[in-house]
Amino acid sequence: MAELADLKNKFLREELGEYVEEDAERQRMVDLYAETKLSMQNIAAAIIDGRHHDVDRLTREAIDDDVQALEVMDDGLIAGMALVGIKFRDNFIFVPEVLACARAMKAGMAHIEPILSASGIDPIGTVIMGTVKGDLHDIGKNLCIMMLRGSGFKVVDLGVDTSPDDFLEAVEEHGASLVGMSALLTTTMPNMGRTIEAFIDADLRDDVKVMVGGAPVTLEFADDMGADAYGADAVECVEIAKRLTEESASAH
Amino acid sequence: MSKFLDRVKGGELLVSDGATGTYLQEHGLPPGGCPEEFNWSHPNVVQGMAAEYFAAGSDLVLTNSFGGSRYRLKEYGLGDRVVELNRLAADHARTVAPVEGFVLGSIGPTGVLLEPNGPATEEEMFSAFCEQVKGLSEGGVDGFCIETMFDLAEMNLAIRAAKDQTSLPVVATMVFDKGPKGYFTMMGLRPGRVAEELAEVGADVIGSNCGLAIGHMVEIVTAMRAVSVLPILTHVNAGIPEIKKTAIVYPDSPEFMAEEMVNIIEAGATIVGGCCGTSPEYIRAFARRFKS
Repeated sequence: MAELADLKNKFLREELGEYVEEDAERQRMVDLYAETKLSMQNIAAAIIDGRHHDVDRLTREAIDDDVQALEVMDDGLIAGMALVGIKFRDNFIFVPEVLACARAMKAGMAHIEPILSASGIDPIGTVIMGTVKGDLHDIGKNLCIMMLRGSGFKVVDLGVDTSPDDFLEAVEEHGASLVGMSALLTTTMPNMGRTIEAFIDADLRDDVKVMVGGAPVTLEFADDMGADAYGADAVECVEIAKRLTEESASAH
Repeated sequence: MSKFLDRVKGGELLVSDGATGTYLQEHGLPPGGCPEEFNWSHPNVVQGMAAEYFAAGSDLVLTNSFGGSRYRLKEYGLGDRVVELNRLAADHARTVAPVEGFVLGSIGPTGVLLEPNGPATEEEMFSAFCEQVKGLSEGGVDGFCIETMFDLAEMNLAIRAAKDQTSLPVVATMVFDKGPKGYFTMMGLRPGRVAEELAEVGADVIGSNCGLAIGHMVEIVTAMRAVSVLPILTHVNAGIPEIKKTAIVYPDSPEFMAEEMVNIIEAGATIVGGCCGTSPEYIRAFARRFKS
């Protein structure tokens, strides 16, 4: 077990001391960062602080120093976002700060993605995202998409007012195993259930995992209509997308 | 000073109206349809709604223009009819208002985020609010109710637009969420801070609407009252929607909300009304409880 003092990056030490309140969680985060190189800790720190110019430079330098792209992504970028998620969950930061972190993440991923795709490594997964039929609200959905892309997912954005057929076609066209649906209106929420029914009717329900979200959507509603998961915000959306992707990978 | 502000500042308790969307859906608006388009295509429904609320006991009603900015209307191909649809919204409520009844022009969020969080520039958003304000004031509103805002920067632009284009009073209400560390806007501001900022920009009445059930709204009013002397308006949802079989039901009854509203008033609100899920029936219950 590592200790907080073992972390070479001072900013990470301070952040973990100040913002991770629960002992077991802080230990888990200390262990996560303690196993990484100082250059990776520096990238994680720049992500957490939302400094996208620094992330851009530090990521490029790491690649130039022959650090593996996957290592930079996991130990630097994704490790940084892990603390961002905790700070957001616990009300230390809010949407504007998370978006700054997501922009920093994007700056780093711009160096990683070409290397991964050139070496034939697929993105973590492909997600089809859309606001359901009849609903034109997309702020929440767009936040989720930014966070998903920042976390290494390929996202196909179907926009607003997305019919069940549009979701079906996109899943088939892109071979996606994950669908995310959003709704802001109580009157359009039932269209999530109708879209899930369309997947059942098309005999595709077993091929995809479905996650849902939006202000009036609840876990109870998600369960009731047969979704696989519900996320309360964009940070949870990424956690769920990772979990569902792992589940469907181990199932096939 | 405006007659509306006169009465509000005189300390009188005013009952506002209930939900617009819920009412319009019960009168033919399809799920996801454009409520503001009804101002043109279904004038009788929109006038009937305001008339029902006034008859139920509303001292003031909001116009059917919540999504009347060009950002939202253009999603329906109506982006070039902002002034017309807002003017009609105000005109419909005005037409059926009793002599003592007030009409406030509803202005909701544009649905886009400002830079750097989203694509909208301040100039462009300000001009969109000016356009909406123009239509509403041409239709004869007594003031504006800028509501359900979650970004103070966007709220400030709307208040500035109203103050820039007219001399009418402005009610400014934001939506809060409850997190592990208390109540915050989506962008991270506490109610007390919001109350101070809204006063700074020139809001005449402050408050909150939507988002939370009535028990939480009491906390918001208390936090705002602690730092502000401005009148406070509260528009509360009929609870958090629940799923019953295939229908979505708001759980809080008119009688329950009327009783709970006592706490909101004791905490310092002087204009009370309903948000999502409420109807003229709720307003009747409020009026019975507070106006007799």
